[in-house]
Formats: sequence, structure tokens, C-alpha cells
Amino acid sequence: MSSGTNLSNKHYVLDPKGRPVRIRASKHNKVNRSPAGNMLLFILMAFCGLFMILPIVMIVNNSLKPPDELFQFPPRLFVRNPTLDNFADLFVLMGETWVPFSRYILNTLIITGGGVVGHVLCASLAAYPLAKRKFPGSKLLFSIVVLSMMFSWTVTQIPNYMIISTLGINNTYLALILPAWSFGIGLYLMKQFMEQIPDSIIESARIDGASEIKVFWQIIMPNVKPAWLTLAIFQFQILWGNTGGMFLRSEELKPMQFAMQQIMAGGAARAGASAAVAFIIAAIPITFFLVCQSSIFETMTTSGIKE
Amino acid sequence: MERLPANPNSLRARIGREKVSYLMLAPYFVLFFMFTVLPVVISIFFSFTYFDMHSLPQFIGWGNYSKLLLEDDLFIIALRNTLILAVVTGPVSYILCVLFAWIINEFRGFVRALLTLVFYAPSISGQAFLIWSIILTGDRYGFLNGTLMQFGFIQEAILWMQTEKYVLPFLIVVQLWLSLGTGFLAFIAGLQTVDKTLYEAAAIDGVSNRWQELWFITLPSIRPQLMFGAIMQITGSFAIADVSLFLAGNPSVNNSGATIVTTLLDYGGIRFEMGYASAIATVLFIMMVGTNKAVQKLLKRIGE
Repeated sequence: MSSGTNLSNKHYVLDPKGRPVRIRASKHNKVNRSPAGNMLLFILMAFCGLFMILPIVMIVNNSLKPPDELFQFPPRLFVRNPTLDNFADLFVLMGETWVPFSRYILNTLIITGGGVVGHVLCASLAAYPLAKRKFPGSKLLFSIVVLSMMFSWTVTQIPNYMIISTLGINNTYLALILPAWSFGIGLYLMKQFMEQIPDSIIESARIDGASEIKVFWQIIMPNVKPAWLTLAIFQFQILWGNTGGMFLRSEELKPMQFAMQQIMAGGAARAGASAAVAFIIAAIPITFFLVCQSSIFETMTTSGIKE
Repeated sequence: MERLPANPNSLRARIGREKVSYLMLAPYFVLFFMFTVLPVVISIFFSFTYFDMHSLPQFIGWGNYSKLLLEDDLFIIALRNTLILAVVTGPVSYILCVLFAWIINEFRGFVRALLTLVFYAPSISGQAFLIWSIILTGDRYGFLNGTLMQFGFIQEAILWMQTEKYVLPFLIVVQLWLSLGTGFLAFIAGLQTVDKTLYEAAAIDGVSNRWQELWFITLPSIRPQLMFGAIMQITGSFAIADVSLFLAGNPSVNNSGATIVTTLLDYGGIRFEMGYASAIATVLFIMMVGTNKAVQKLLKRIGE
């Protein structure tokens, strides 16, 4: 419970003996903040932010440049005569693909959607007993997951291909989705967040007769919402960037990323459409990112995890 | 038939009681052993063989390792570059992630969401390196050359990424610029779960500015996330390759941009020497495991 009270615009809390004590607090109820410090931080962030946002600025500007500006030398960052022709060109190209473009979009939805949802569920379900229940082998299993994250992904590709072929799931969606369910990052992230949930709220749910699945779904998951939304962002980015590579050979199974990169590979004649592709390739994960982030900030603004 | 009452602390009894735990673990760990552990084990086996991905692997014992560590001069250069990059960018990136996540958390509402996107932009926008190739172009139209010449610091354009002494420093700069990735987002999420009443309690106990609050309350509260971020930082810093391949090329001038992972990609992807590539991966793995042990020990001391 919060002990903060607002008395005549000044921030007071009650000390252990019940006397009101004034503490430094801004109008937002945050303690220990000075306006000058806030201003300084804002200026610092605005300055650093200019450098960080450069790639987005470049992608947006390029997508709006007519061909003569795209090939201008020396290159300029900002567009002078913005046009939407690049996007019009791209839509024409999309209409001419080998399989209908909507098929690529559907494939991406299946692979990305299946990979994100499945991974978040599998990893969270496994992370709960590792974080909150002591059982033989828990420490060993967890350290294997952490260790596995340090082994270079490049050399495991060949064995992975052998295994996927042996299972007979080569050239199916499952070849991309099933391995994605078991990435190490999700289990580690979820376990770290679940560890912070106080045992007392789990115990009281158990005393009320809740099954472990119910505890997991109704107590654990809502309390670690920032974690699984963040995990969804990571996983979305990984799967969104996947072109299907050596696992998906049929054109009807390939994701949008593959079709987009084919368009980009068209060289100078397609420079305009490529710039539009670069915009779309960036815009979709950014949209997903913003949806998840704003949801993280909305849910946890007031309290944090409490007993 | 009469049986002795089972010892409630025997291994079998404990496993029996935790049936539900194992059921919850099953979906993830079945897939994990199949698609992650098994490939790693097979790769480590390959590291003891000669394997050109065409004929069957031939067992050659420690051959790859002795060649790698004793005879391969390029690997020693790559090892040196990797250590320099990891020692500089690892800790600095990590501290930047914590610091920026914490500062962003000071803001509210729309500003906070916007700042998170702005600082994560290099990690999410795909063509992030491209902007650096424009900045570092070697002719006088390159942004850096142009600016330095305009102010008279240099007289003629410098081929930044083709000059040995500039390659590593610029790789470090670009890598730092890219550093706000996975760890950063995990910290942002972790900060949302901190119990806000702790801050008011701390204010009564005499914490009087935001820096003390950071050290005594905030950092200890997000320790699990800090540990997660450390692993991501270690795996990222030791595996620097894409930046080097894109900006310095492969091979880079006098191997000035060669790292362990660019060497690994070279052997695995171009020369088809999978056994040797696997040995490189195993050495890299051992280096990361050792570093991780040391770092996790350090992190336990936060807030003391």
C-alpha cells in the first residue's frame, strides 16, 4: 500500500511513528526529482536521440525520393521533391510476382504469428516451474539453456538441417516454427521476471485451491506482462527477418521478406521500389514494437509488482 | 505385499511430487533438446573431425584445435581484435543500456514510448549500417571527410575503412551506436515491474537524490534483468561480425577488421571446412562461458 498523501500541494509521507514528513517530489508524485535535473536529462536525450533516429530518417526520406534524387551524388539525407511513385511502382511489382503476393503475406502471418505465440507460451510455461518450484534437475536444465545461448548459431545450422530433414518437416512451415518455439532467450527472460513475483501471492492462490495451470495463467502471466510483450518484440523481429532460407524451397511457402528481397535484388531499375520495400520492411516491426511498448507502459504505470 | 513407507525426501518421491513441473517443462524442453542441444553436441563432435560438407566427417582428434591455437596466424589476429572489441564495447554498451533505460523510465506517457523507439531504432530498422557507410565514405563527399575538411582538420579525404589504424576504432563506435538492443528493452520492461512504494520508503530512510535511488533501490530491484542483459551483452560483444563484414569488408585491409566470427563465417560459409569452423565456435563458446562466470559474480555485488 502506498503511504503517500498530498497535503496542500506538497508531498508528505508518514514516518514509522505516524508523523507526516515532507519529501522532495515533483507534481507527478515521484520522489527525489529536481526540475533542473529533469530538464538536463531531456536535453541530453534529445541530443543523443538525433543520432539514434538517423536510420529511420534515412529510410523514410529515401522511400519518398524520385529516381534522380536516389542516384544523386553526393547523396543527400533529406528529400527535396517528395513523391509516392516508389510505392506505386512497388504495388505494380507486387502484382507481377510468381505466386500472388497475398500468399507471401499469409505465409508471413503463419510463420511469424505461430513462432511468436508458440514461443511465448512454451517458454513461459517452462519458465514458471524453473523460477518458482524447486525440483530435481531444475538448476541443471536452466544452466543448459543459458549455456546454449553462447554457442555460435552458424555452425549449428548444418546439424539443424540434418535433424529437420530426418523429422520429415523440411519444406513445411514447421521447419521454421518449431525451432523458434525453443529459442533460449524466451525461457531465460521469462524466468528472470517470474523470479521477482513474491511467493506469498502464489501461496495464497494455492491455498484458495487454484491449480498450477490456473496460478500460471491468472497470477504469473498478468504480473510479467512487460516481459512477454518484450519477448514478443524480439521474436517478431527474428522471424520477420527470416527469408525461409534453406528450409522452405516451394515458392508457395516463402514469406514476404523473401519476395521483398527479390524485388530489392532487381538492381538500379528498381531503386525506387527497393526504397519503398526498405520502408515497409522497417515499418511493420516498428508498428508491432509501438503497439507492444505502449501496452507495457499502460499496464504497469501505477504499481509495479507488489505483495 | 507390504512395502516400507517411501522416504519423502528420496529422489523418486521428489520427482513424483513435482509431476506437474515436468509436464509444464515438457513442450519447451523436448523441442529445445531436439533443435538446440542436439545440434550443439553434433557441432562439438564435428570440431574433432575433418568435414567438408561433401564427404563424411573423418575423425582427426585434437587436430583442428592444435592447428587453430598454434599455427593459424589469422586466428590470433582475429582473437586479438575480438578481445579488443569485446573488452571496450561490452562493458560500455552494457552501462549505456542501463543508463538510457533508466533515464527513459524517468519520462512519462508518449515521450517515454517515443524515446524508447528512438533509441531502439538502430536495432529495428533493418538497414542501420547503411547510414554509416554514407558517413564513412572515403571520398571528400563522405559526411565525416566533408565535415573535417570544411573545418580544416584534414587537408584531403581519408579512406577510413581501408586504413588499418582506423578500422577497429570505427567498428567500436558503430557497435556502441548499435548497442541499445535486447538488454536495453529487457531493462525497460524490468523497470516497469519495480514496486513504486519502495521509492517512498527509501526517501524516508534518507535516500535524497536520484543517483542514490538508482544504486540502492532501482538496480537491486532489476537484478534478474541485469543478469539477463549481461548474457545478451557477452554473446553480442564476442560475436561482432556483421558490422565488420559490412563496413570493413571480408577480407578487410590487412585483416584489421577480422574477428572470431568473421573467421568462422569464412571457414564455414565460404571454404566449407565445417570441422575447423566448429572448432572455432567451441573455442568462442569456452571464452564466453568463462566471461559469463566472472560477470555474474560482479553483478551479485550491486547495491551493497
